Amino acid sequence: MRSLKRTTHRLGRTSVPLALRRSTRNITASTSSSPTTTTPQVTPLTTLLIANRGEIALRIARTAKQMGIRTTTLYTPIDAASQHARASPHALSLPSYLDGEAIITLAKRHNIQALHPGYGFLSENARFAQRCAEEGIVFVGPPAQAMADMGDKARSKEIMTKAGVPCVPGYHGEEQAVDQLGARAKEIGFPVLLKSVKGGGGKGMRIVRSAEEFEAQLKSARQEARASFGEGGEVMLVEKYVVRPRHVEVQVFADRYGNCVALGERDCSVQRRHQKILEESPAPLLDDVTRKDLWDKARTAALAVGYVGAGTVEFILDKDDGKFYFMEMNTRLQVEHPVSEMVTGTDLVEWQFRVAAGEKLPMTQDEIEQAILERGAAIEARIYAENPEKGFFPDSGKLVHLSTPSTNEDVRIDAGFVEGDTVSEAYDGMIAKLIVRGKDRETAIRKMELALREYEVVGLSTNIEFLKKLCRSKAFIEGDVETGFIEKWREELFAPRHTEDEVFVQAAIGLLGRELGTATQQVDSLHGAALGFGTANVQNTRQFAFRVRDDAKEEAGDVVTVTLTQKSPGLFDAVVTRPGGGEPVSLSNIVAETHTPSLTRTTLTTFYPTTRVETTVIQDPAYNEKLTIFQHGAKTELDLLPPAWFEKALGLKEVASSVVAPMPCKVLKNEVEEGQEVEKGAPLVVIESMKMETVIRSPQKGVIKKLAHKEGDICKAGTVLVLFEEAEDSETKDS
Amino acid sequence: MSTTIPAFARPKPVPAQRTPTSTRRGVATFTPSHQASAISVIKSNVDPSSPEFQENQRLMDEAISRLETLTRKVQEGGPAKAREKHLLRKKMLPRDRVTALIDPGTTFLELSPLAGHELYPEADVPAGGIITGIGVVEGVTCMIVANDSTVKGGTYYPITVKKHLRAQAVAQENNLPCIYLVDSGGANLPHQADVFPDKEHFGRIFFNQARMSAAGIPQISVVMGPCTAGGAYVPAMSDESIIVQEQGHIFLAGPPLVKAATGEVVSPEDLGGGKMHSSVSGVTDYLAVDDAHAIVLARRSVSNLNWPSQSTSSPSVQTPHQTFSEPLYPAEELTGIASTNLRKPIPIHEVIARVVDGSVFSEFKRDYGTTLVTGFAHIYGQRVGIVANNGVLLSSSALKGAHFIELCAQRGIPLVFLQNISGFMVGRDAEREGIAKNGAKLVAAVACADVPKFTVVIGGSYGAGNYGMCGRAYSPRFMWMWPNARVGVMGGEQLAAVMETVGKTVDPELKARIERESDAVYSSARLWDDGVIPPAHTRRYLGLGLRAAMGGRNEVKPGDTRFGVFRM
Repeated sequence: MRSLKRTTHRLGRTSVPLALRRSTRNITASTSSSPTTTTPQVTPLTTLLIANRGEIALRIARTAKQMGIRTTTLYTPIDAASQHARASPHALSLPSYLDGEAIITLAKRHNIQALHPGYGFLSENARFAQRCAEEGIVFVGPPAQAMADMGDKARSKEIMTKAGVPCVPGYHGEEQAVDQLGARAKEIGFPVLLKSVKGGGGKGMRIVRSAEEFEAQLKSARQEARASFGEGGEVMLVEKYVVRPRHVEVQVFADRYGNCVALGERDCSVQRRHQKILEESPAPLLDDVTRKDLWDKARTAALAVGYVGAGTVEFILDKDDGKFYFMEMNTRLQVEHPVSEMVTGTDLVEWQFRVAAGEKLPMTQDEIEQAILERGAAIEARIYAENPEKGFFPDSGKLVHLSTPSTNEDVRIDAGFVEGDTVSEAYDGMIAKLIVRGKDRETAIRKMELALREYEVVGLSTNIEFLKKLCRSKAFIEGDVETGFIEKWREELFAPRHTEDEVFVQAAIGLLGRELGTATQQVDSLHGAALGFGTANVQNTRQFAFRVRDDAKEEAGDVVTVTLTQKSPGLFDAVVTRPGGGEPVSLSNIVAETHTPSLTRTTLTTFYPTTRVETTVIQDPAYNEKLTIFQHGAKTELDLLPPAWFEKALGLKEVASSVVAPMPCKVLKNEVEEGQEVEKGAPLVVIESMKMETVIRSPQKGVIKKLAHKEGDICKAGTVLVLFEEAEDSETKDS
Repeated sequence: MSTTIPAFARPKPVPAQRTPTSTRRGVATFTPSHQASAISVIKSNVDPSSPEFQENQRLMDEAISRLETLTRKVQEGGPAKAREKHLLRKKMLPRDRVTALIDPGTTFLELSPLAGHELYPEADVPAGGIITGIGVVEGVTCMIVANDSTVKGGTYYPITVKKHLRAQAVAQENNLPCIYLVDSGGANLPHQADVFPDKEHFGRIFFNQARMSAAGIPQISVVMGPCTAGGAYVPAMSDESIIVQEQGHIFLAGPPLVKAATGEVVSPEDLGGGKMHSSVSGVTDYLAVDDAHAIVLARRSVSNLNWPSQSTSSPSVQTPHQTFSEPLYPAEELTGIASTNLRKPIPIHEVIARVVDGSVFSEFKRDYGTTLVTGFAHIYGQRVGIVANNGVLLSSSALKGAHFIELCAQRGIPLVFLQNISGFMVGRDAEREGIAKNGAKLVAAVACADVPKFTVVIGGSYGAGNYGMCGRAYSPRFMWMWPNARVGVMGGEQLAAVMETVGKTVDPELKARIERESDAVYSSARLWDDGVIPPAHTRRYLGLGLRAAMGGRNEVKPGDTRFGVFRM
């Protein structure tokens, strides 16, 4: 009854009679949901402050506009030029999206009725929700108390256990004798996880797979824990160890009248760095009984805390025995909510507004289930500014080129950026979400792969190529997902890809075409063709040298040359030479039509003897040597090598004598001192970028001449961090 | 019955009336432009499946493949060893230098690639050891002269001098900025007598440079190798000079000569290296680290000439028609139309139909003096007057030709001569008609016409016909030969016959020698023309030639010509 009491306490703030509320909950939790007949007291929303940024701010604004709600967005100085700051009729500036009081002040000053927190930032801050309530601002989200309950791990587990929602079985008690703990472990069932109560970071942590090894493992864990955490470290807790976990979550929605529905589940097992990148609904390889059970438990969980609005109940699902356990509840609209929208045909932001206004849920559980049956499957891919080949390291920079697949009711893009925008290292690096729906899971995956092939981003590293590989992975298509999916299939997923010869040829023709501007389109048969006897072509042969910049390619770092002979305007012969002394490949009678709509982009339609190839060559205007080629749905990054004279004539020196910041960052720590001698690979500087720490290591053995920045400095990409003394014997330039 | 409207009265709407047929007057028929232009389109009667066509084609293809092989060999440059040595020194081969110099996507119009072929018994001098031609650099049509140091160290044989001077003449006549890619050991000493002393010898190169610079024709040189003695004047007399460090050297006397003369021991780099000349002597203006860099610098210099740019996409401003259509009939058929047997006539309208825009030819005096065909047409949008042989020149055809040339000169229209002529008509009747005087009118008109002239020898070029049809002596801006072309006073057979008639014993070798010496390749090797060309490329050669002659700073004004006395 404890939870009920607490519920009662909260209900004091609502106008719904307690008795009615309680009975409603009983109905909805036990049977299928059917909205009650209570007359709703509806106060429609008319003005809204969106306390968020990027795609979610835009996405909320879209629905708000549709519903006739006037929106106001917020922007920090960094975001002044961003899309969300421009998209709404009113935009207000503030120092930080985390400054709750500033937001409330702005809302009040501008007479704004309601506030949508989006996700992240203040969306799950119970104190903030509370403050909104106090100031009379409608917080589009759950009641502060529900948020607080779910925000506390221990308390939420307690409430769940009481409500009959399964949590990961474990023993957190004081009985610490070997037999006692052993007995607990047996109760829980092997394998189990032994963890120090003081523990963290894997220290003093053991996975025990059978009763036989329990004692030995406990002893070793305790030793390690005491060594690491000192006195008291040997106090252990025992938990069920899920060997092959899946991350399955249920989208729930509750109104103020005690109705709560589950809008299907989402499988978000495919993760990297503990962050989701692919989310789908329905979850694959899940039997109907478990599915329905998950939904029921999720609704029960929501109702147990008196939830109102959109929420997500996360479960860990044991792939081996099919059992699932409550992990936590996210008391907000999640990043991946479009998956559920696509699969149920709903607009959850609209639902949020309606529920916040006091309306009842627009659909019953039965109606939702029917919709899911009819609508098939949906999948979302998060497009991140990051480099999968470098441990998914975040990237930032300007979107020099952005071309997206065409959207329709089954292909949706929620994006916060357009071409020319800068993805700042100050915020999360998600560029966009691509969501597709298909009649079944396999179709959805195939459509996703096709859409990704049309997704072109240049200017920063993205995970698009990696997402394509995921969509092509047999294991993924079969639904064999688990949270360790990427690790498990690492070899396949990171297998370097071969680059076709045509890619290099297209790059060369594209460069030539760009140089000729529009000349090649206008057929000037007077110029460009071979003239006279002999190999008159010698006069029209030029060589291009490319270095493959792409870590995801077999050829990474290789220099590939293309010898291009123009036989007449738009007609070429090409020879591609790869390193390693292999036979050069000749491609003859290539008919190419190039089009250069901007200095950045050149598009080509080329007919090779047996195939047509459509290519986009992007040349970054800020770094002209950097080329990105999109062809056959794949991206290749190349550097055009400068001529031999470049370095000498321009006085450039290839300096290994300095280390530069790989990306915009903050210097956390200088690990060396000036004058110090370091070995190759020694840590030099620790930087922080996109909330990630990175150690910059020495590229060479040498002596530190200068540390260019002190701790706390903010550096742009390419800023020199460390200078080395130049070696005396280094090859002296010509006298 | 009078329906006259009073003056200033407003015409009243008159109800439609049917005019009685009896009072109907004549009415001009509406002629749309496509009907009007139909009268000028040449109808082709060529049957590519005919035995004659096939035979012509077979023989022409043989000639073409001979030239292909020959030209390919020439284009390799000097011996393999010399080329390897050149490349080892990180120098670019001269043809690659030219490619790097011209704009991508443009065509280099090379002049006389067969110069020097079988000319010197003791030496093989591919392309005469020098590559010359017209290329587009930064949108500017330029004359490019590039020494090939893989051929006898780039030294000047007599033919090298002649080719260099010819390139300068083309540049001067057509107002083309000159770019010299210098890499030469100077005069070929054993041939010094044929290289140094005369008017049209080595010294003329610098005379031309000075005169051209005076005439405002830019002179740019890029020193990529030695420039000794007289050669030193090429960069020294240029408007702007670029030099490649540790590779280009300029001095009046090289280190050995200096040592012999004064005892001074000095390294080439100290004596005349790029760094010295660019920083101390000021002989050169820009210092390059290698060939490619030097060429980029040269291109930059051209971009600053303030010269009217002729981009590849838009024809020169002087070209009135921005758009043009290709001929209606394939140019490749020319190989089956022209015969290597010059006794067979070449149907000249078929040739014209494959050279001019849209095969549209406004023929002048079609039915008079039919052995000479004259008329107006366009080539790549440029209006031209065409004068083409269609048989032996008669008095009437000579008069017609003179008349037509007068028209073109009066109107400032460039002239294209398609030569296939055995000569003027001989015999009693012809002389009585005054063929000498009438032929002279044609020759005089050709000589005086002050418009750009272009000559393509598509068959024979014999006797006074050569004069009347703008042979080399009549200074056409360009003169090209088809592989079947022959040039001489008369055919070998006739020559032998004439010799016999005048009672000389004929050397049995003579006829064969005359035949050999009339050959197009023999002519081209001696620079009697600007190159032997594939018949199918005729239109493009003329197009490029016209752009060189009409674009840039060229101005062809109507009525500039002053003719002399025509004997009436």
